[in-house]
Amino acid sequence: MFDFPLYSQSLSRRDLCKVAVGGTLSFMLPGFDLQAAQKRGPERRKSVITLWMGGGPSQLETWDPHPGTKIGGPGKAISTVVPGLQISDMYPLLAEQLSGMSVIRSMVSKEGDHERGTKYLKTGYRPEPTTVYPALGAIIAHEAPDKGLEIPQHISMGNTQFPARGGYLGAHLDAFRVPDPGKNIGNMRARVGDPRQERRLENLNVVSQAFRRGRTTQTKKTLHQSTIDRALTMMSSEQLQAFEIEKEPAAVRAAYGDSPFGRGCLVARRLIEQGVHAIEVNLNGWDSHANNYTGHQTQSKILDPAFATLLTELKERDLLDSTIVLCIGEFGRTPKINPLDGRDHWPSGFSCIVGGGGLKGDVIIGETDPTGKKKKPTEPVRIQDLYATILQTLKIDYTKELISPIGRPLALSDGTPIQKLI
Amino acid sequence: MPASTRNWILACLPVGVVALVVSLVAWASSSPLKKTTPIPVVVNEDSLTRTVRQVNQLFEEQWKDRELIPAEQADELTQMRRLSLALHGTIPSLEEIREFQAMSGEDRLERWTVKLLEDRRFADYFSERFTRAFVGVAQGQFIVFRRDRFKAWLSEQIQANTPYDELVRKLIAGEGIWTGDPETNYITAAVADGNLDRNKLTGSTVRAFLGQRIDCAQCHDHPFDHWKQADFEGLTAFYGQVEVQLLGVRQNDNLKYEVEDRNTLEKRTVAPQVPFLNECLPEKGTLRERLAAWVTHPDNRRFERASANRIWGLLFGVPYINPVDDLPAPTDLAQEPPDLLDILGQDFRENGYDIKRLIQIIVASKPFGLSSSTDNENAEEIERATSEWALFPLVRLRPEQIIGSMLQASSLKTIDQNSNLFMRGRRFFSEIDFVREYGDLGSDELNDFPGTIPQALLRMNGQFAKDNGSASPFNSVGRISSLDISNAKRVETCFLVCLSRIPTPEELTHFIKQYETASNQKQREKITEDLFWALYNSPEFSWNH
Repeated sequence: MFDFPLYSQSLSRRDLCKVAVGGTLSFMLPGFDLQAAQKRGPERRKSVITLWMGGGPSQLETWDPHPGTKIGGPGKAISTVVPGLQISDMYPLLAEQLSGMSVIRSMVSKEGDHERGTKYLKTGYRPEPTTVYPALGAIIAHEAPDKGLEIPQHISMGNTQFPARGGYLGAHLDAFRVPDPGKNIGNMRARVGDPRQERRLENLNVVSQAFRRGRTTQTKKTLHQSTIDRALTMMSSEQLQAFEIEKEPAAVRAAYGDSPFGRGCLVARRLIEQGVHAIEVNLNGWDSHANNYTGHQTQSKILDPAFATLLTELKERDLLDSTIVLCIGEFGRTPKINPLDGRDHWPSGFSCIVGGGGLKGDVIIGETDPTGKKKKPTEPVRIQDLYATILQTLKIDYTKELISPIGRPLALSDGTPIQKLI
Repeated sequence: MPASTRNWILACLPVGVVALVVSLVAWASSSPLKKTTPIPVVVNEDSLTRTVRQVNQLFEEQWKDRELIPAEQADELTQMRRLSLALHGTIPSLEEIREFQAMSGEDRLERWTVKLLEDRRFADYFSERFTRAFVGVAQGQFIVFRRDRFKAWLSEQIQANTPYDELVRKLIAGEGIWTGDPETNYITAAVADGNLDRNKLTGSTVRAFLGQRIDCAQCHDHPFDHWKQADFEGLTAFYGQVEVQLLGVRQNDNLKYEVEDRNTLEKRTVAPQVPFLNECLPEKGTLRERLAAWVTHPDNRRFERASANRIWGLLFGVPYINPVDDLPAPTDLAQEPPDLLDILGQDFRENGYDIKRLIQIIVASKPFGLSSSTDNENAEEIERATSEWALFPLVRLRPEQIIGSMLQASSLKTIDQNSNLFMRGRRFFSEIDFVREYGDLGSDELNDFPGTIPQALLRMNGQFAKDNGSASPFNSVGRISSLDISNAKRVETCFLVCLSRIPTPEELTHFIKQYETASNQKQREKITEDLFWALYNSPEFSWNH
C-alpha cells in the first residue's frame, strides 16, 4: 500500500475496487500472482519494448557511421563489445552494453513523410486511406491478452504525435498514454469517500440507462462504459505501482537520466516485471534538417544512458531473454549534408538496433553505401520482415489472417522473418 | 532565500501584476459585443430553401433506393444542443434554453441558427477549427510563426463573413510580416529549422483546400491514384519564389525551384505546372497569386467540394466523405447527376462562397435534424443507416467542446464575450490545461476516436472536475441547491443545465428520492454535486447525439 497525497482515508484499493465496479468486473480478476519477473523459463511470456526515435535519426550519426568519408560528417566511430561492430562515438555507454543485440543497417522504407513513415514503421504496413493497421503492441495485446492485468496491456510513454494504435483491431487496444512517465500519472483517486462514490456510480448508471434506450448498439461502440469500468479497475489496482519510480534507488534513476525518456525506460523495466508485454517509449527531436550533428549530440546524451541502463538492468534481472528491445525511428537521413548542415528525410537505408527475447544476438546486417551514391544498401530489409521476425520470436503466428472491418482478410504481417536473426 | 532575492521578487511583483491585468484587459476587450444582440429575422430567401429542398430530395431518394427508413426527427432541444456544440463549441446555457423556449414560430430553429452565427463565439470557435485544418496544431517556430495572430485574423474574417475563396487566396498569396499581416503565418507555419519546407506547403494546400492527398507523390508516383511525382514538384514550384526573411514573407523573382534527383542526387530546376485544369491558371501575377487563383477558380470543382465536405464534417463531427482530405475526383456532371458535395458546392460558389449560408443550409437539411436513436437493434442495419445519414451519428466531443460544456454547465448564465473577466479568464486558462491533459486530437480531429481511460479518469477525478462540481455561491451546483424550488424542478434544472433535456420519469423519481432525504442545505449541496458528477460523466454529456 502506498500513500496518496490527496486522500487519507484508510480504504484499501481492493475495497474501493469492489465498491467502484459494483462487482461487474472485479470478481472476474484472478489474484495478483503475475509478477513476470518471478517466472522463469517457458512459463514466462515474452514482451517487447520499442524505443521510438520520433523524427527519424540519422543512421550516420547512430549505428552506421562512415567516419572520414564525404557523407560521414564530423562524427567519429567507436568499437563496441560486439565483435566487428562500430557505432557513433556519441554512444560510449551503449557500446559497452550491446552484447546480445543486433544491428540492421539496411532497413528500407518507401515513406518519406513523418506521419506515413511512423505508421508504416509502427505497424509493418504502409498506410492506406481505407485501413488503419494495428501497431505491433496492439497485435501482441490482441493475440496474447493477459487477463490478469488490471493496468493496460499496451502502453506508450512520452509525448508523441502518432502513438501506437489498435487500428482495425479496435480502439481498446490503443496504447495507454503516459505523457510524463515517472511523474504522477494523475487522477487515479476518487475525490469522495466510499459511500458517496457508490451513490455517484449508481446515479451514473441511472442516467446512462436513459441514454442507451434506442441507442444500445451505438453506445456500446463508444466504449464509454467499458472505458469507465476499466478506469475504475485501474484506480484500485496494486499494479499501478509499476508507474512509480520514487522507491527506485537514486543511483538507478540517475543512471537512466532525469529526462522523460530516461524515466520512461525505467518505468518500462518496471512494467515488464509487472507483466505488461507491449511498451513503447518515445524520444522526439530527431528531425535534423538543420545542424544535424549538434542535434544528434543533444539527443545522444538522452538516449545513450537510458538505453544502456535499460539493457544493463534487463540483463541483471534475467529479463532480456524474454524481452525484445527495438530501437528505431520512421526513417533515416540523407547521406548528403544540406547547406544548413542538416540532413533531410531518407527512407532508403537506415538503421535499427534489435535484440533480446530469444533473437540471435551480435549480428550485423547490411550496410549503406559509404560514398552515398548508391541509394540501395546491401541486404535490404523491409519493415514487414522485421515485424514478421519479431512476431515469430514472440510465438505469434504472423501469417494468421484477421478480417478487417471492411471484410478484407489481412495477415498480421506480410513479411518474411529475417533468417540471420532467428 | 537570501534577502536580496526576496527584495528583488517583491519589487517585481507589482509590475508583474500590472502586466497581467493589462494583458487580460487587452485580451478581454479585443472583441467587444453589444450587450444584447436582437434576435434576427430570417429573410424568406428562396434560393437558400431551394437548395435545402434539393439536398433533402437527394437523401430521400437515396434512402428509398437503399430501403432505409430514416430515424425520426430529433426534438428541438436536442437540435439546439447540436447547433451550440457545432457553432460555439459548448452546450447551450440555461439562459439560452429559456430564451429559445420563449420564441415562437415554426422557423425558430432557423432563426436561432442565424443568431448563433452572428454571435462572436462562432467566429472564435470556427477560427480554431480552420486554423487546425490549415496549419495544424504545432506551435511552429515561434519567431516567425504566430498561431495566435493567425487564429485572431481568421476570427475577424469569419466575423466579417469574408468570402471563403478570397480568404484562401490571401492565405496562399499573402505577403508581409507574420504579426502585421497574420495571414502570412500560413506560409511561415511551414518553416522548420530555419528552412521553408515548400513540400509541406504543397501538401497542406492541396489537402486543406482541394481535399486531395498528394503528399506521397513527394517521393514517388502515387501507387493507386493518378498523382505523379512530377505533379507534386510542379505544384511545389509555385512556392519556389517565396522567401521568409526579416521583412516577412516576400516574393523573390530571382529564385529558381530546384529539386534533388533521388537517383542521381543532382539538382534540376522544376517549372511551375498544375496537374489538371491548366486553363484555370492565369497568365498574370506572381507564382503564388496564380496558384491561389487556380485553387479557387470557379471551374475548379475540387475547391467547392472540399469546402462543403469540411464544413459538413465540422457540423456533424464526421465529414460526408471520410477522410476529409481525400476526396474522389469530381465526376463529369454531364454524365452523372450531382452528388451532395456538388449541390452544396454549387450553392456555395453561386452565393459568394458564404460560409454562414453553407452552414445554414446543412443544419436546415434533413440529416442534421434526425434522431440518433432508433428501434432497430440490428448492428449492421444501424451501421448502414449511419453511413447513409439516415441516423444521426454519435460523435465524441472534442476536448474544447468538453471543457466548454463543463464550464458552461457550471454557470446558469451564458458564458460569452459579455461575461465577467473572472469567468472568461477561467475559461481561457482551464481550456488550455484541460485540452492538453485530455489529449489533443490535432489536425486529425475529424477522425473517429473513442474515449480513452486517461480521459475517463480526468473527468471523474480531475482537479477541474472537482472545482467545477463543488457547490459554491457562484456556480450552478451551489445556486441550484439553494434555490427555493420544488425537488422536481431542481432535478429538471440540473438536467437542462448539463444535458439540455428534461429528465425521464425514472430519472426524476430516482433523484427526487435523494433530495427528499436531505434535511439541510449542506446535504442538498452534496446531492446536487453527486448528480452533477453523474451528468458530467455520462456518455450523453461527452458525445454529440
